[in-house]
Amino acid sequence: MATQTTNPPPTPPSAVRQTSVYVYEAPVRLWHWVNALAIVTLMVTGYFIGTPPVVGTGEAYNHFFFGYIRFTHFSAAMILTVAFAGRMYWAVVGNHHAKQLFVLPLWRAQWWREIFTEIRWYLFLESKPKKYHGHNPLAQLAMFMFITLGTLWMIVTGWALYAEGAGEGSWPDFFFGWLRGYVHNSQTIHTLHHLGMWWIVIFMIIHIYVAIREDIMSRQSIVSTMISGHRTFKDDDPD
Amino acid sequence: MSQAIETFYDVMRRQGITRRSFMKYCSLTAAALGLGPAFVPKIAEAMGTKPRTPVIWVHGLECTCCSESFIRSAHPLAKDVVLSMISLDYDDTLMAAAGHQAEAALMDTIEKYKGNYILAVEGNPPLNEDGMYCIIGGKPFVEQLKMAAEHAKAIISWGACASYGCVQAASPNPTRATPVHKVILDKPIIKVPGCPPIAEVMTGVITYMLTFDRLPELDRQGRPLMFYSQRIHDKCYRRPHFDAGQFVEHWDDENARKGYCLYKMGCKGPTTYNACSTVRWNEGTSFPIQSGHGCIGCSEDGFWDQGGFYNRLHTINQFGIEANADQIGTVAAGVVGTSVAAHAAISALKRAQKKSQDKAQVAQSKSENTGA
Repeated sequence: MATQTTNPPPTPPSAVRQTSVYVYEAPVRLWHWVNALAIVTLMVTGYFIGTPPVVGTGEAYNHFFFGYIRFTHFSAAMILTVAFAGRMYWAVVGNHHAKQLFVLPLWRAQWWREIFTEIRWYLFLESKPKKYHGHNPLAQLAMFMFITLGTLWMIVTGWALYAEGAGEGSWPDFFFGWLRGYVHNSQTIHTLHHLGMWWIVIFMIIHIYVAIREDIMSRQSIVSTMISGHRTFKDDDPD
Repeated sequence: MSQAIETFYDVMRRQGITRRSFMKYCSLTAAALGLGPAFVPKIAEAMGTKPRTPVIWVHGLECTCCSESFIRSAHPLAKDVVLSMISLDYDDTLMAAAGHQAEAALMDTIEKYKGNYILAVEGNPPLNEDGMYCIIGGKPFVEQLKMAAEHAKAIISWGACASYGCVQAASPNPTRATPVHKVILDKPIIKVPGCPPIAEVMTGVITYMLTFDRLPELDRQGRPLMFYSQRIHDKCYRRPHFDAGQFVEHWDDENARKGYCLYKMGCKGPTTYNACSTVRWNEGTSFPIQSGHGCIGCSEDGFWDQGGFYNRLHTINQFGIEANADQIGTVAAGVVGTSVAAHAAISALKRAQKKSQDKAQVAQSKSENTGA
């Protein structure tokens, strides 16, 4: 929809069409969708690991049902871990939008002010939302709390549990087994892992709702941006 | 140190054990400790030449189940040998002496073997009221423990009590029963948890320490790796049913009769480190899962405070009601989902309202234009 314009600012707002902005680079978009798929897979298989469905009777060697469920869970977890590591790397080498998930501008008073502006917008107290190229401050804070910290939490607790099966001296044990030195009873780690899952479920509900809502009600594109990488704007009024 | 201390072999021979039986014991011990056949002569040599290491065995808040388990070690030689060595020194439950005599024996042993003896602790000291909840020989147990620990070479924490606190330390822990490693901070401590620990594990650990004169390799929590490096689940004979997806769902269902996996009944095998599924109990007769009941995780830290024995998750009491992680999560997700639905409804209404307002405005301005 965006068309190029040669008009230099300042011009009357209505006379200008703003260009689209390239926000999410390909690795970020790829990570987003891989991560989303991995999380859904992990939730479904994780639920079945906690509450296993029962297969038929007969010789145990005829079935490997629960084994496959766990295999899928572990595979998805490994993909999620590698993707997250790649995403962290991209935060270093990518554009400044790629850093938003990892660095919060806590020192900027304006950022804090605009968090409350966003909260007022969601409480229907602001009639017009602000425009952002990347995440708005509230979204950035939520992404950091739920996805950055939440994923790290799940990676650490999940791998610590995986290390139990991999055994003493294995590399998962070397990298993540230390958690069991602090949290002695591994049932506690299971409980923490479940709580982390619900933490991310809550995020998913809010995230999908808000993305669609903002796509309709805000002044910029949201959903298509995570596919094309381009942010387009619905009006050319100033921020 | 002037008098010669007899060796293990001397003690065994004195008890009428033949050289042949002694060698059998050495090879069995090597196997139990996961050592190759090359270690058999090493064990035999160590036990035949080294002066035996004396053991002092003290009892705090406990139920004596560790001692009961220990004297039932399946291998009779292990029992005879280790037990006779221990009772020679100090163990107030098993020794013949009593009262002042017993306390004198303790002081004697500490004095005689300063820095050389192993201190085995069964139970733990309560710290509230200056330790008055457990009195040994007229003094709080914590004082005896500290005194005996001062000159010990190493400390063995027998059982869940000494290792983690067990039932007397369960919430709210009125006597402030405290595991040994939180009271004695300056000695190497080896934890042998379980309620009680398996007899062969206990004799195995002592034999290893006496034979090789060092602690066995320990895991992050201080437990000997040779017995506590794997979960019960990892070596459970019902594991194939777990991987297959065949689970007991009620204690009296057909699957229970068929001996399927007890995972859904809250078996703590997947979260419990112990040797039950390999060594088993009572001369290798059985272990809890084999008898049809799930593991209760007795060798894990704080096993009394993990909610029910039949749950897979903790009970979380912070919300004033008993709930587990999944119940809390379901409610939270439900609340968030409902809020999102409500928010969406209000957003849609607001938007419709704004649209009709805009329309009205446009119509108004149109009519004004035409009017003018």
